Amino acid sequence: MNSQRIGGCLLRVSRRGMKSASVMRSRPNGGWTGRCHSTMGPSQKPGAAGVRFPGAVDSKFTSSLSFEHPSAYTAIPTYRAMSPEGEILDPSVVLPSDDAALEMYLNMIGVSIMDVIMVEAQRQGRLSFYMPSQGEEGTCVGTAAALEKDDVIFSQYREAGVFMQRGYTLEDFMNQLFANRKDKGRGRSMPVHYGSKELNIHTISSPLATQIPHAAGAAYALKMQRLSNPSLPPRVVACYFGEGAASEGDFHGALNIAATRSCPVIFICRNNGYAISTPTLEQYRGDGIASRGTGYGIDTIRVDGNDIWAVLEVTKRARELALKDGGRPVLIEAMSYRISHHSTSDDSFAYRARIEVEDWKRRDNPITRLRKYLEKRGVWDEAKEIEARTNIKKGVLKALSEAEKEKKPPIKAMFEDVYEEMTPELRCQMEDLRRVMEEYPAEYDVGEFEGGSASLR
Amino acid sequence: MRIPSRLSHSFVNSTNPSRIIHNTRFLKAYSTHPPQARLNKKIDYASTAILCHSKSSALQNPEFSPGIQNGTTKRMNLFQSINDALSLALSIDETTLVFGEDVGFGGVFRCTGGLAELYGSERVFNTPLCEQGIIGFAIGAAAEGMKAVAEIQFADYVYPAFDQLVNEAAKWRYRDGDHGRGLGGLTVRMPCGAVGHGALYHSQSPESLFTHIPGLRVIMPRSPIQAKGLLLSAIQSPDPCIFMEPKALYRAAVEDVPVGAYTLPLSVAEIVKPGEDLTLISYGNPMYTCSAALEAAERDLGISIELIDLRTVYPWDKETVLKSVRKTGRCVVVHESMINAGIGAEVAASIQEDKETFLKMEAPVSRVAGWSIHMPLVYEKFNVPDVARVYDAIKKSIEY
Repeated sequence: MNSQRIGGCLLRVSRRGMKSASVMRSRPNGGWTGRCHSTMGPSQKPGAAGVRFPGAVDSKFTSSLSFEHPSAYTAIPTYRAMSPEGEILDPSVVLPSDDAALEMYLNMIGVSIMDVIMVEAQRQGRLSFYMPSQGEEGTCVGTAAALEKDDVIFSQYREAGVFMQRGYTLEDFMNQLFANRKDKGRGRSMPVHYGSKELNIHTISSPLATQIPHAAGAAYALKMQRLSNPSLPPRVVACYFGEGAASEGDFHGALNIAATRSCPVIFICRNNGYAISTPTLEQYRGDGIASRGTGYGIDTIRVDGNDIWAVLEVTKRARELALKDGGRPVLIEAMSYRISHHSTSDDSFAYRARIEVEDWKRRDNPITRLRKYLEKRGVWDEAKEIEARTNIKKGVLKALSEAEKEKKPPIKAMFEDVYEEMTPELRCQMEDLRRVMEEYPAEYDVGEFEGGSASLR
Repeated sequence: MRIPSRLSHSFVNSTNPSRIIHNTRFLKAYSTHPPQARLNKKIDYASTAILCHSKSSALQNPEFSPGIQNGTTKRMNLFQSINDALSLALSIDETTLVFGEDVGFGGVFRCTGGLAELYGSERVFNTPLCEQGIIGFAIGAAAEGMKAVAEIQFADYVYPAFDQLVNEAAKWRYRDGDHGRGLGGLTVRMPCGAVGHGALYHSQSPESLFTHIPGLRVIMPRSPIQAKGLLLSAIQSPDPCIFMEPKALYRAAVEDVPVGAYTLPLSVAEIVKPGEDLTLISYGNPMYTCSAALEAAERDLGISIELIDLRTVYPWDKETVLKSVRKTGRCVVVHESMINAGIGAEVAASIQEDKETFLKMEAPVSRVAGWSIHMPLVYEKFNVPDVARVYDAIKKSIEY
């Protein structure tokens, strides 16, 4: 119960007079009055320095008039565990085994190779759309590696690394991208709108930031389920979004409700400097997204998204924190740079210099940083790099050509799953479509769909 | 909540005569009828034919299970029956959560009274004042297997959550495809409709905005018995439900409500009164207006009218309506929300579109609804369909 609402109760009681008194009497045990007073505490003594305005109980009086200006606060530091040369800077960081590190590295290059191939495939018109995630492989793979398999994930759309680290296969990616009959989404969503029940990742939707309050509610569900059944493993929800999405009202609604309801959720902001063409200077004027977290009463940290060990460590600690004392939200702002275009529908050189992008590619990059670390450990070298890249490329191309050859789902799937059961109205409409298709067969290409127009029966 | 929470007590009390009597200015300004009125009299909820005023009439419903039919009843108004339904839902299934603005202390309309004490503040609780946050949170909880019953304090304030309802809740199952994760656990309750003095932002009935959204079920009960049975169905439904509660009925509509948990079917209309010459279709609060107009019209014109309550406005029970209209050849649709693109438009279009029904029509389908304006404060009684306007539509249809 937070103090603001209690304050609201008290104000309303006094304003309503008799009417509210009767409301209060009708309550069993008169619990309302009691709760208000107990949370408020006794009224303050004359001359007391501390104040108890219900809206800010810890605020002290001051007779010096001064506005708080953001510049009075230093920017939240960016945590690093490993230098761009692959050297460990924080000796307390718990590093994974070499095998686990190699797996993460392969997943990062896996995403980057898939990105290059799929962007090219889109340019050739083989699929309708694609969104690469070049530059953010470290944030996605690193955070995903720190989560447990049962943890629930909500993502935005630039989190291919999360899917890959969690076990989404190349076949899964390709089936969704080509919207074929093996696409679990049944060919309904645009490419890159992945989802997986087995991997506990909710299906991606295009509207930005809508998933952030979902994560809060889902985290509350996990918390309540464990309250009623303590034998369940402790679980958190992780929620990904970009710094642009954080401007949406849903971000505000989500962080506030997650804090007031003490939800075990990790909000992971990928701050890559751009929302399509809009640079962060036009997105916000505060100290990034992290500075907002404490305003909601949320534990917050900023991390170097190009440093996978920093990302991994921060997420592990955030997970512990999120589960502490019955649950609480945590905010991670992972700093990176969107090296790729926003999507295949975007030419980012229309709003930023090519040299800036090239600079980021060369100067600092999550993949090269981890590669340097692995080489220093003596578990990676140029020969292994070439071999791995060749194998991954082969794997992607094979999955691509197989997915491309598959038929599309049955046309009937367009009418299904609107409701759990198809309504009579939808049955009539399905029948209408079938009749028109069969009466005008030359007007419709149904051959690539499993079962053709007959699936509409 | 802002203005609403303070107003709401006068809303629910405005139907209590003892409170009105000593304030004649209030009387003149907001309610009652002209002294000579024959049709536009105050609805007498204590005697209206569409509420169950006895235990036996309440239990007669063939939609009830034998256990309920042989059970007992309790007098309840609409807010009490909703409270009863929520309490049953919370006690039947421990995954049920009830939350929204000011829900913890019992709600500004008392619908959640006593629930936090009974079921704990972890399951019945206040949220911050943010509709998109409330619905987004409810969706997430439902996605992870909870039965989330969220309250929007007034239907007028659902719009900040429109994106969440339209783009997320409604499309969840569809886009999840073979993964099969639906949002059946989601129920969104909201008080709706005119109440005498709610003006622009405490009177709206935005149901038709939701009936344009595939994936949502949109329900509006007319009485305490319906409210309880339909709300329990909505909470159990495998699809996300918008449950709209006519706030004018919270205290006004009182009837004998079966004790215990029962459900009423969704997307099934109810023939409230059979008839032969004209089909009168409505839902929610205007059902009382329709009932009064029907009685007058049957008496004056010597006709018999079939009265149908849609109950669920989407996906709606087209079959029951078409069957009735094929029999009577005449149809009048009544709703409080504005006429343009309202429920009446869909009903009328469906009737003319159906070849068999079209051939049986003896008169054009007529719609009696709110005008295409915003709900104005002092003009409310000229905007909300009244008995005279419904009577007139019936008469014109019969005389066509």
